[in-house]
Amino acid sequence: MSTAVNTKKLTIVQAITDALREMLAEDESVLVLGEDVGKNGGVFRATDGLFEQFGDDRVIDTPLAESGLIGSSIGLAMNGFKPVVEIQFLGFIYPGFNQLITHATRIRTRTQSRYTVPLTVRAPYGSGVRAPEIHSDSTEALFTHIPGLKVVVPSNPYDAKGLLISSIKDPDPVLFLEPMKIYRAGKEDVPTESYSVPLGKASVKRTGDDVSIFAWGAMVRVAEKAAEEASKNGMHCDVIDLRTLYPLDKDAIAESVQKTGRAIIVHEAPSTGGVSNDVIEIINDTSFLFMRAPIKKVTGYDTPVPLFTLEDDYAPDEKKIYRAIEEVTRF
Amino acid sequence: MDMNEKFPIVQLITGDGRRTGAISENITIEKAKRFYQHMVFSRLFDRKAVNLQRQGRIGTYAPFEGQEASQIGSALAMEDGDWMFPTYRDHAATAAFGHSLKNIFLYWKGCIEGCVPPKGKHIFPPSVPIASQILHATGTAWAEQKKGTDRVSIVYFGDGATSEGDFHEGLNFSSVFNIPVVFFNQNNGYAISVPLERQMKTKTIAQKALAYDIPGVRVDGNDVFAVYDETIKAVERARSGGGPTLIEAVTWRYGAHTTTDEPSKYRDQSESKRRRENEDPITRVERFLEHEGAWDSNWAENVHEEAEQKLDEAVIEMEKTIKSDESLMFDHVFGTDVWPVQEQKHRFFYEGSEKG
Repeated sequence: MSTAVNTKKLTIVQAITDALREMLAEDESVLVLGEDVGKNGGVFRATDGLFEQFGDDRVIDTPLAESGLIGSSIGLAMNGFKPVVEIQFLGFIYPGFNQLITHATRIRTRTQSRYTVPLTVRAPYGSGVRAPEIHSDSTEALFTHIPGLKVVVPSNPYDAKGLLISSIKDPDPVLFLEPMKIYRAGKEDVPTESYSVPLGKASVKRTGDDVSIFAWGAMVRVAEKAAEEASKNGMHCDVIDLRTLYPLDKDAIAESVQKTGRAIIVHEAPSTGGVSNDVIEIINDTSFLFMRAPIKKVTGYDTPVPLFTLEDDYAPDEKKIYRAIEEVTRF
Repeated sequence: MDMNEKFPIVQLITGDGRRTGAISENITIEKAKRFYQHMVFSRLFDRKAVNLQRQGRIGTYAPFEGQEASQIGSALAMEDGDWMFPTYRDHAATAAFGHSLKNIFLYWKGCIEGCVPPKGKHIFPPSVPIASQILHATGTAWAEQKKGTDRVSIVYFGDGATSEGDFHEGLNFSSVFNIPVVFFNQNNGYAISVPLERQMKTKTIAQKALAYDIPGVRVDGNDVFAVYDETIKAVERARSGGGPTLIEAVTWRYGAHTTTDEPSKYRDQSESKRRRENEDPITRVERFLEHEGAWDSNWAENVHEEAEQKLDEAVIEMEKTIKSDESLMFDHVFGTDVWPVQEQKHRFFYEGSEKG
């Protein structure tokens, strides 16, 4: 980052507010809609101050109905607006799933681009904050499976702002997942001006020649810690933050595993049908002959996310990742 | 309170073509002829489509015969720039609003390009998931309200749709934000095989408007004058900032839900016969014109001939397309290049094995 750029210290959730403020100011067609996004500033304060600055016409508290919220935002999007919808928790999006899968993501195809849906749906996701039931889901793979939808997950404040701006500017629907465990996990320098982080591009968080670890959201930091520990014992890891889960950054995945020959994919979501499988497919397609060990997955279990006394047992942690690093290294 | 009394069925012309005495500036010979033309055309379209399906020239089709007055009366109340959201049974409405006939046929032939409306016409592809389109009408009309125009949306849905959450969410959003939408329900008595009394305990659909504190009106869906009249009122209310209206058009589909089912399995088809004799939307206008001394059988014959000719031309156009261009499958998933789709397209076209 150039020293000429003005920055401020922001958490992930503040960086999201900043992105929304930039976009509301820059583009009159941008609207923020959701439950409690107005005066209350959102259940996580992600829209804090926006109602006061932009008013009820732009920052809109809607009735409590996720299908109604997403469905009517599809209509707004088809008719000239760029709605940014907040779903309070990813686990609450399911009543609106039909609108996403049968309409938001098909209207471009169905009308051969006569009508399009530049819609961003934001949703906090993941476990780790001692939340009540259904508040901790990581069901990103349900959405990467939907043709026509991009799925984006930041892991730090800088990316959160830049990726959200790119998502809002994208001409198609984007599901923007916010790792709530690290919403306020620390502040980073974030440029005060508007900037984009491109969708579909991974970010290398750490480099090492022995193992490639792929992660996103809150798992990136956990993977980094495990990699740090492993390096003390001579096992050096690439840690790649995938950042966009659809479309995945095929080149970044291939480049890393062709160097290391070993891969671990980490996610909170259940193992079966997880996005990890798509990473494995890319490795098979691009790098099969480079591999020196079977690919490992460190994931949540094929169980509902447990209530919070067990949530630390459920999610991947440093130890589980460390063990996987050892396994693939010693294979 | 008896809801049948609170929401009486509005009728301007009786089944045998006589004025009920209700006053409306829309009961004119000129309008009657226009309605008649559109309804005859729609019926012939519908029969043509059923025949094409029987001959294997198009796929499964959802016929609307019997519902012409509901669709024509409402569609002709709309103006260019307004938005129309049909179901898969509303081609009379979309054709009357200016959709391309060739494209309507192409859609049923399995070609996605049939969904594309003529330039400048906001006509959406038929919505398949029941009631889901109600929210899109709400959203597009909300956008018009925000832009400060006087354009409105009309959305079609059936009696079964009123059981879905999206129906209630759409009415609620529109009510809360005073959005200019006309919710046009065609109550034809059956959701495939399930009759109205298994769909709801309420005596009317119009009364559901009470829950949202918006106007609800019940209209004879086989009386094109009454449908037109009530839709015009709802549209004008919406245009002038009066918010949404729920219209229940009480009608009947004579035939099957689609060409894949047989209605005699779940209902007595003698009712269809009775309604065809006593309440048919087209015969009603014919009788009206007779009573008014304005019936001209040569004119009517011409109306039929012109409709047949137009339909034949559209079918010829439709049949020039054997199948959609394969690239249409890939080219409109995203507005930007997204590598999995690009790669799969490339594999399909250039790497031999998939396209053969």
